[in-house]
Amino acid sequence: MATAAFEPRIVAFFCNWCTYTASDLAGTARLAYEPNAPVVRVMCSGRVDPQFVLKALQEGADGVLVGGCHPGDCHYQEGNYKALRRFRLLKRVLTQFGVEDERVRLEWISASEGDRVQHVINEMTGQLRKLGPFHQARS
Amino acid sequence: MADKPKVAFYWCASCGGCEEAVVDLEENILKVVDAVDIILWPCAMDFKKQDIEAMDDGSIAVAFINGAVRMSEQEEWVHLLRRKSQMVVAFGACAHLGGIPGLANLNTKQEVFDTCYHDVPSMDNKGATVPGMESTVDGHSLHLPRFWDTVKSLDQVTDVDYYLPGCAPPADLIWSAINAILTGQLPPKGAVLSPNKACCDDCPRKDSKPDKLEITEIKRPATHLADPELCFMAQGFICMGPATRGGCGNRCIEGYMPCRGCFGPMDDVFDQGAKFLSAFASILTPRDEAAIDALLDQIPDPTGTFYRFSLPTSLLRRGKMGTPV
Amino acid sequence: MTQRITIDPITRLEGHGKIEIFLDDQGEVANAYMQIPELRGFERFCLGRAAEEMPRITQRICGVCPTAHHMASARALDALYHVDPPPAAHKIRELFYNLFTFEDHTLHFYFLGGPDFIVGPNAPAAERNVVGVIGKVGLEIGGKVIEARKQARHFMAEMAGKAIHPVFGLPGGISKPMKSDLVDALRKAAPGLVDFAQFSLQAFADIVLKNQAYVDTILADHYAHRTNYMGTVDPDGKVNFYRGQLRVIDPSGKRLYQFEPREYLTYIAEHVEPWSYIKFPFLKTPGWKGFVDGPDSGLYRVAPLARLNVADGMATPRAQEHYEQMFATLGGKPVHSTLATHWARLIEALQAAETVERLANDPEILSPVVRRLPEQPPTEGVGVVEAPRGTLIHHYATDAKGILTMVNLMVATVHNAAPIQMSIDKAARGVIHAGKVNDGLLNQVEMAFRAYDPCFGCATHSLPGEMPLRATIRDARGLIVKVVERNSRLMV
Repeated sequence: MATAAFEPRIVAFFCNWCTYTASDLAGTARLAYEPNAPVVRVMCSGRVDPQFVLKALQEGADGVLVGGCHPGDCHYQEGNYKALRRFRLLKRVLTQFGVEDERVRLEWISASEGDRVQHVINEMTGQLRKLGPFHQARS
Repeated sequence: MADKPKVAFYWCASCGGCEEAVVDLEENILKVVDAVDIILWPCAMDFKKQDIEAMDDGSIAVAFINGAVRMSEQEEWVHLLRRKSQMVVAFGACAHLGGIPGLANLNTKQEVFDTCYHDVPSMDNKGATVPGMESTVDGHSLHLPRFWDTVKSLDQVTDVDYYLPGCAPPADLIWSAINAILTGQLPPKGAVLSPNKACCDDCPRKDSKPDKLEITEIKRPATHLADPELCFMAQGFICMGPATRGGCGNRCIEGYMPCRGCFGPMDDVFDQGAKFLSAFASILTPRDEAAIDALLDQIPDPTGTFYRFSLPTSLLRRGKMGTPV
Repeated sequence: MTQRITIDPITRLEGHGKIEIFLDDQGEVANAYMQIPELRGFERFCLGRAAEEMPRITQRICGVCPTAHHMASARALDALYHVDPPPAAHKIRELFYNLFTFEDHTLHFYFLGGPDFIVGPNAPAAERNVVGVIGKVGLEIGGKVIEARKQARHFMAEMAGKAIHPVFGLPGGISKPMKSDLVDALRKAAPGLVDFAQFSLQAFADIVLKNQAYVDTILADHYAHRTNYMGTVDPDGKVNFYRGQLRVIDPSGKRLYQFEPREYLTYIAEHVEPWSYIKFPFLKTPGWKGFVDGPDSGLYRVAPLARLNVADGMATPRAQEHYEQMFATLGGKPVHSTLATHWARLIEALQAAETVERLANDPEILSPVVRRLPEQPPTEGVGVVEAPRGTLIHHYATDAKGILTMVNLMVATVHNAAPIQMSIDKAARGVIHAGKVNDGLLNQVEMAFRAYDPCFGCATHSLPGEMPLRATIRDARGLIVKVVERNSRLMV
């Protein structure tokens, strides 16, 4: 595979109240960012089952991004704490599987932080371009 | 005499425990033998490969295949038996989920060979000899099957009709399954032949589980004593019960040890390890990252614990890819 | 033109294997090879695992003797964590282990290796299994065998959760103490197990030893090898399955070494051939000399015959009587006739039953103190037990958190791998001549393997009380040869 032609595919799970709203804001503010991260809107980052992350990787994603409210700001009080704990444990499992650190990422992005959405997606896309496609599950 | 259905037992990368489990049917074995003709059972009977090859396709009523698919020869046998059989049952955790041999999917083939034939301290192999598929000895050519890069479950290799879970499946479950097959009273194809509920449902310690489980400390059986009556999770020991299908009789709990998940997940779960990870992480108490990480440090081996039996059938299936040899 | 004969798969054992026999132009055996076509890689995929999980992981090496791995692993964990279990834990473990040894050995004699012997080496294939055995020993006895096995396994399940893949081994002891009603049941049942073990030895005497043709088979040269032997002995030099020191003797019976399990690397190493996935251990002195026996051989054998050869006696009185009788009958120690393993196995089963009886009546097994927690971080440890098939070594090293960084497993049958290869080759040369090959002769080649490796027998019929029995005898193509009902005599 020619790295020059490779465009990473990132699946982004954004919580409705914070990160999804921020990505809307980035849109209305015309902040351009890489088009590599189609967004799946969930009501809360706590809705993100680790199976979603793994299934995305299995089905063709090269990376997965989860966006939620800052700790303390969760619309449902506890959801993002659960997301954080699951994410930290999932990272350890992914390390044991040999999945590179940059491929699965959790970010706290509040509704007003459209620029942060721009920054994170640009950064992650750049990192994955360098890393290359995710091969493992498609043996 | 009426024609009795022909039945085959075969083992792939197996420990033989599933064979023992059939023998543990005890009195009921008599009824099985009365009702069927066992035409293949390498550990107990002298039928050879050519006997199976000579049979008509579809002439075997049921083939019970246990063991994971690790070697090329095992895969050949699986395809052979599938051709010759009307029904194929994945018997035991290895055929169902990949099983313990599936842990090797975290390693490459090269790593396995390097360790087994070079690195272990008892090895005396300065010539770096490694078993290979073809070799010539004393002028004769000898063949060995190939060690695949990746361990597979049975349904990753062929079409499977039913799954009998467990490592090994308990005698009563085997007996129910055989009865169901002989009387034609089976659930829809693809079913796992054990109830669709978690181990917690029947656990003898169920009543001691608090409504709200909260874990502030994670304990390891090596270094902590467990209370003989309390729910393991409530004590802080990792127990796979919540993410594991029941029907096993909770025998490990009766042995005063926590569940390790050998029955696999319930219906509608793609990845048993991820499911448990999610549930377990939810009930940990810390909220800030540093405290969370400090608590998670107390889990010695998340992947090897959460995916003890199910690694090949997890969503990622394997760790870093091996170099084809 | 060389003719090639393949036996694939070999049968009535645990595991996979095939035998390749090459004939020369005269139809004599030029070479024979026993190839093990499988590898799973436990020594690698256990790296990164938590050490205390090893009893429950390594037992999946073998579902016929999971208890052996479980126990060797628990002993390795004791050493790894530098913790000695309390006395009650040792006794309960030893009780459990002897229950297992009793049932595994008994099963092998009646249903696995035994049929070749009990029914006869040249019996038709259709009769070389448990049905033929029952025909020889009678339906009532067949029922007793099933019952003895069933009893032992039910006790084991009560003690350790399950008989197949028990769970209770931990560093410093076990997870579960004994309950008093279980101990009562054991005490009541134990004399019956001893009686049955003695009965088996009597059956062996009646069926085998009184038949000169069978005795000649046992003593036949093509089933004999003059090798070194290794086994575990207690502080009095007697056979012990659960713990002790390893002792090695040479083919003449002279003691070469006696050492603690942790020193095993000083004395033994493993060799690799490209034509089999199994490894071939040998004695470092004199080193790997190939698949040869005799005074310069680097090969050693393990398992019942080896254990009786190296020890000064059995640890229990009735077994000791039989031990003395066996060596008197076979011309002194050490005995090199591989098929004598069947006799040694039954003597061990008797010791196991007597040990169960002794320990069941030891009040200490009712103690609730069955675990001592480690006080030091784990480093490295070796655990050794005598599996029914032979010496079993588990060797682990971990980091300070108890995550495995090194795993070495020398599994019982592996110690015998080179002797088995030798035995197959020699047996083939001994029984195949002038190109004459048939099912019976090929089975005689397989017999050389079966004596080493008790696997599991198919207890295809369980005969408690009044249940009717109908045995269907088939030939190798699955065609029915004979049907036998309960009250009719099977004519062999």
